[in-house]
Amino acid sequence: MNWGQIFSNTLESLLTPTTLAYALAALGLAMHFGFAGLLNFGIAGFMAVGAYGYAISVLTFGLPWWAGMLMGVAASIVFSLIMGIPTLRLRGDYLAIVTIAAAEILRLLFLTTAFEPVTGSADGLFGYNNAGGFNAANPFPPGSYGFGPWTYNAEKLWVVTFGLIILALCVFLLWSLMRSPWGRVIKGIREDEDAVRALGKNVFAYKMQALIIGGVFGALGGIVYAAFANVSPGVYVTSLTFFVWTALLLGGAATIFGPVVGSIIFWVLQAFLTNVLPELAVNGILPISGTQAATIKYILIGAGLMLLVIYRPQGIFGNKKELTFVK
Amino acid sequence: MSSNQTPEKATGLHIGTPAPGCKKTNPMLVIDHVKKSFGGLTAVDVEHLEIPTGAITALIGPNGAGKTTLFNLLTGFDSPDTGTWSFQGTSLSGVPSFKVAQMGQVRTFQLTKALSLLTVLENMKLGAKNQAGEGLLKSLIPSIWRKQDQEIEVKAMELLKRFKLDTKKDDFAASLSGGQRKLLEMARALMTDPVLVMLDEPMAGVNPALTQSLLDHVLDLKNQGMTVLFVEHDMHMVRHIADWVVVMAEGKVVAEGPPSTVMKEQAVIDAYLGAHQDTDLGVVTGRITIVDEGDK
Repeated sequence: MNWGQIFSNTLESLLTPTTLAYALAALGLAMHFGFAGLLNFGIAGFMAVGAYGYAISVLTFGLPWWAGMLMGVAASIVFSLIMGIPTLRLRGDYLAIVTIAAAEILRLLFLTTAFEPVTGSADGLFGYNNAGGFNAANPFPPGSYGFGPWTYNAEKLWVVTFGLIILALCVFLLWSLMRSPWGRVIKGIREDEDAVRALGKNVFAYKMQALIIGGVFGALGGIVYAAFANVSPGVYVTSLTFFVWTALLLGGAATIFGPVVGSIIFWVLQAFLTNVLPELAVNGILPISGTQAATIKYILIGAGLMLLVIYRPQGIFGNKKELTFVK
Repeated sequence: MSSNQTPEKATGLHIGTPAPGCKKTNPMLVIDHVKKSFGGLTAVDVEHLEIPTGAITALIGPNGAGKTTLFNLLTGFDSPDTGTWSFQGTSLSGVPSFKVAQMGQVRTFQLTKALSLLTVLENMKLGAKNQAGEGLLKSLIPSIWRKQDQEIEVKAMELLKRFKLDTKKDDFAASLSGGQRKLLEMARALMTDPVLVMLDEPMAGVNPALTQSLLDHVLDLKNQGMTVLFVEHDMHMVRHIADWVVVMAEGKVVAEGPPSTVMKEQAVIDAYLGAHQDTDLGVVTGRITIVDEGDK
């Protein structure tokens, strides 16, 4: 067993564009679910809107990269409005059903061949980072940076730096919002929206604002992901939503840093299992084939999510008293 | 204790004989032809009703009389099939509940709605109106709202002291007892500086030791110039503090008047007999003078 390689690969995922993208999406879910109590099971849809919004703006409309990214964010706001106006009056569990359906509808729209010239259908979109000038905007000269497992080429370093800046801004924004009286109203709505309504607050407007802000975080997650990889409809599937949920619950839903740390732990664990399970199988320690070992990872993640929700619903950072699923 | 003195009752509230729908000298709420049906059941069917200003009005009636539904209609939590109603001369038809609350008409709920996972102090501060920091953009700049937030906190602490909850300010509301939650809900409602306070069964589930302090708090509201409308099944409380009693049965107003006379009316006895065979009729109508014994 090559433990050195396993640990190196595991540690590498501490800081990758993917980890950052998950952290942003989980931060959006923290806004939605942890603070506002909106049960959003369509975060993959928000990420897809961000990523496709960016890629399509650049490839089809010829916008520069920064304008394309802004378009991705704007598209997520439109998506929130379209979804929120009819559904935010629904009770929480119905919102969950609608969001999961909306995300699937979006994914299938991106997948269908009807819009292939724009969406690229099953092949997805690529080349937009060059076309839009995102890669050209890289301030780092070519070369190798960092040390050990965290060795990046200039291109990856630029994406990681860009993602870190966006994440830092979003964390700061969420923190500023949640310590303010605005955040107090949002948390009040999570507890009982009728009580907040009876105190003269426009609950619908607040829920819409929360949906939009969380949706923008999710879209930024999709954009950071797209800045490194291609945009492909196979990424924004429902399991992505549940991975982000796992990351969120791992860290603590009603916390600011929980989603970030949760995403890191999720990806470190994921990388560890991806590397260690096939090795165990190859070395005959696990009585299964290498391909089967790769799938076991997802079974373990699912079981982990269940245990987490039952035994530590508040996550690692959360206050047991503030968020529990058993009221 | 103040329970030993009958509080001073407001008089001269009505014009003419006290009958269902009679005119008031200074009405705060005027309700006309408000009707609400759930399927085949007519829950509320009020021809005309006026709620007097500056007094404590009790809304009584057997279970299913439509009291809570009327409350929901008046506060915008539910919309009637037909009818109009106005608050201080402003029509409230079609006005959403949060705007009704902003106008100064605040309500509490039959099933207490404490915001469980907010602290007691946060619950209170949430009640204050016109907070600059509650706007999305302004909330990002603390210097805009910090001073106002401190003022709100001072006011919240004063109210918490009055309601003897000040030592619990940092506890989650979930950790309070049922009675304390009722107190918190009432205190939170007062943070909105209301003109009209509508209490839906403030005494339900409250232990006798707290009952007295709740009664005093309700009387206090009147002394501070607020109008109170409450739904209650506890006839002891109704007789003790209400200046005016409105009796509902099967969605209609069947009687109204000062508590001393209205509870002796045949309509009231009938209304209560239907649903309350197990209740001592004497307590319901006031013939058995439980209150008076305590008052002497």
